[in-house]
Amino acid sequence: MTVVVDISHRLGNFEVDARFESAGRLTALFGPSGSGKTTLINMIAGLIRPDKGRIEADGRVLVDIDARLFVPKHKRRIGMVFQDARLFPHMSVASNLRYGHWFTPTAERYADMNAVVELLGIGPLLDRRPANLSGGEKQRVAIGRALLASPKLLLMDEPLASLDEARKAEILPYIERLRDETKIPIVYVSHSISEVARLASDVVVLARGKVAACGPTGAIMQRLDLLPAEERGEGGAVLDTAVLRHDEVFGMTVLGSAAGEIRVPLLTTPVGALVRIRIRARDVMIATGQPTGLSALNILPGTIVAIEPGEGPTVEIGIDCNGATVIARITEQSRQTLKLQLGRKVYAVVKTVSFDRANTGAGLPVEADG
Amino acid sequence: MNWLLDLTPDEWNAVRLSVKVATVAMIASLPPGILIALVLARGQFWGKTLLNGLVHLPLILPPVVVGYLLLLSFGRRGPAGAFLAEHFGIVFSFRWTGAALACAVMGFPLMVRAIRLSIEAVDRRIEAAAGTLGANPLWVFGTITLPLILPGLIAGAILSFAKAMGEFGATITFVSNIPNETQTLPSAIYTFTQVPGGDAGALRLTLISIVISMAALVASEVLARRVGKRMDTE
Repeated sequence: MTVVVDISHRLGNFEVDARFESAGRLTALFGPSGSGKTTLINMIAGLIRPDKGRIEADGRVLVDIDARLFVPKHKRRIGMVFQDARLFPHMSVASNLRYGHWFTPTAERYADMNAVVELLGIGPLLDRRPANLSGGEKQRVAIGRALLASPKLLLMDEPLASLDEARKAEILPYIERLRDETKIPIVYVSHSISEVARLASDVVVLARGKVAACGPTGAIMQRLDLLPAEERGEGGAVLDTAVLRHDEVFGMTVLGSAAGEIRVPLLTTPVGALVRIRIRARDVMIATGQPTGLSALNILPGTIVAIEPGEGPTVEIGIDCNGATVIARITEQSRQTLKLQLGRKVYAVVKTVSFDRANTGAGLPVEADG
Repeated sequence: MNWLLDLTPDEWNAVRLSVKVATVAMIASLPPGILIALVLARGQFWGKTLLNGLVHLPLILPPVVVGYLLLLSFGRRGPAGAFLAEHFGIVFSFRWTGAALACAVMGFPLMVRAIRLSIEAVDRRIEAAAGTLGANPLWVFGTITLPLILPGLIAGAILSFAKAMGEFGATITFVSNIPNETQTLPSAIYTFTQVPGGDAGALRLTLISIVISMAALVASEVLARRVGKRMDTE
């Protein structure tokens, strides 16, 4: 499944002019508010007609303005989860869920009511009315409703943005299950690094209506210069790891990664399961020799492969730790004092306590075809 | 008490006729009422202000003028009246159907207004969501828009019914005041007030109008509340 978007569209003074292609399992459209990501996803869904260009999904041309082709939204079979859930207020949760299912031709129905209800944990809500649901429950029902229309592609427009942290933490695991247990490709709009780093297989970075970068999540997340200023502190390396063992005595989980063992606060994930972690650049210290007498537990040997000026007094140092790149943000003063240069062998130091629920999530299963 | 309930056959006919005329006027104006309200609420076209003005005209014009215009256009020799009589066998002039037409026209602005307001209150983003789930515009209207504007539909229908129950000027001008054919409650009451000793009859029919109108209002209130409750919480 590939999504090809090549459009330009004018909204007053704002111009969206975007071109990207993605075949990822979960492609994030990432950018600050006003960067045009919602406009783009609305065009894929058929809610906005672009001025120029074409959109293709799974080899099917949905929009080709030059050829005067525009497939209306109800014929696209593209599911959409909106930021504000948009459940039908006059129907029960069960009727909401069945709505799209009913409009899907029998031969193309693959979604199963029971499976979806189980996947999203919405069984107890079926008889309720949308007005009696919490924000998180509404969003889960909205996801279920979109899934039950058996879509060929699922679009999610900031599905967590209007929820508080506790509700977000409640929904994220469901989106991870959706990504890993169903075969539906997802395009996910977000302005939050922690969501993108945790969920995305590929990222399209948007800025002022244009595509600033596009690629696999790990590669994009290392480019702190792409991140909006207010999110830059959240940026850093994304590593896909596996649970090696749990240390019940000290309440820690040991993860195996290319860079070496990484200790994080105890996870409930079983041994062998994949875990994706994000190591914020601001959480990483650099030592020039094997540190001793240090409280931090994660000490990863590596080689400096990149030095980029950061904001204000900072520099961003890329350290290649046996194939996995870790980013450290330190001051220019420290860099000069330690005489850090490209090719120098150093140790990246990360405190176990810098990992929390926001930057530790279920990892993406590795697919044979990449 | 006896004088109150002891209606003459003519009086009973006036009551029955009024209810029949008002019901037919209400039901017949619902489809065009919804359509016009939809066009006015959502349409963007040249002449929208003109259409809006036309719809509201019966509210502003003296009822007698509306009745006279109906007589000119839907009377036997009127262009619309002649056409309908010739091709469909529908005759309005001096028939109860004419009374229903006059009542429908007079109640139309009230009905369109109520429905239009409820259409404007519908969150179009919810309709868009239904579209992404595979519903074509007609289905979206039937399964989302229509149920959501139901309270407005009920309100509009009841307003139209109430207006029809009270309509006098346009009706009497268009279809006159023929007992058992076009004599509705207001016309009958008017006739009673014009003859000596008609006070008792006028009072009886007045009380009956009050009861019918109140019953209609209460029924609409109950209906609207039930629909509203179904929509918000349970």
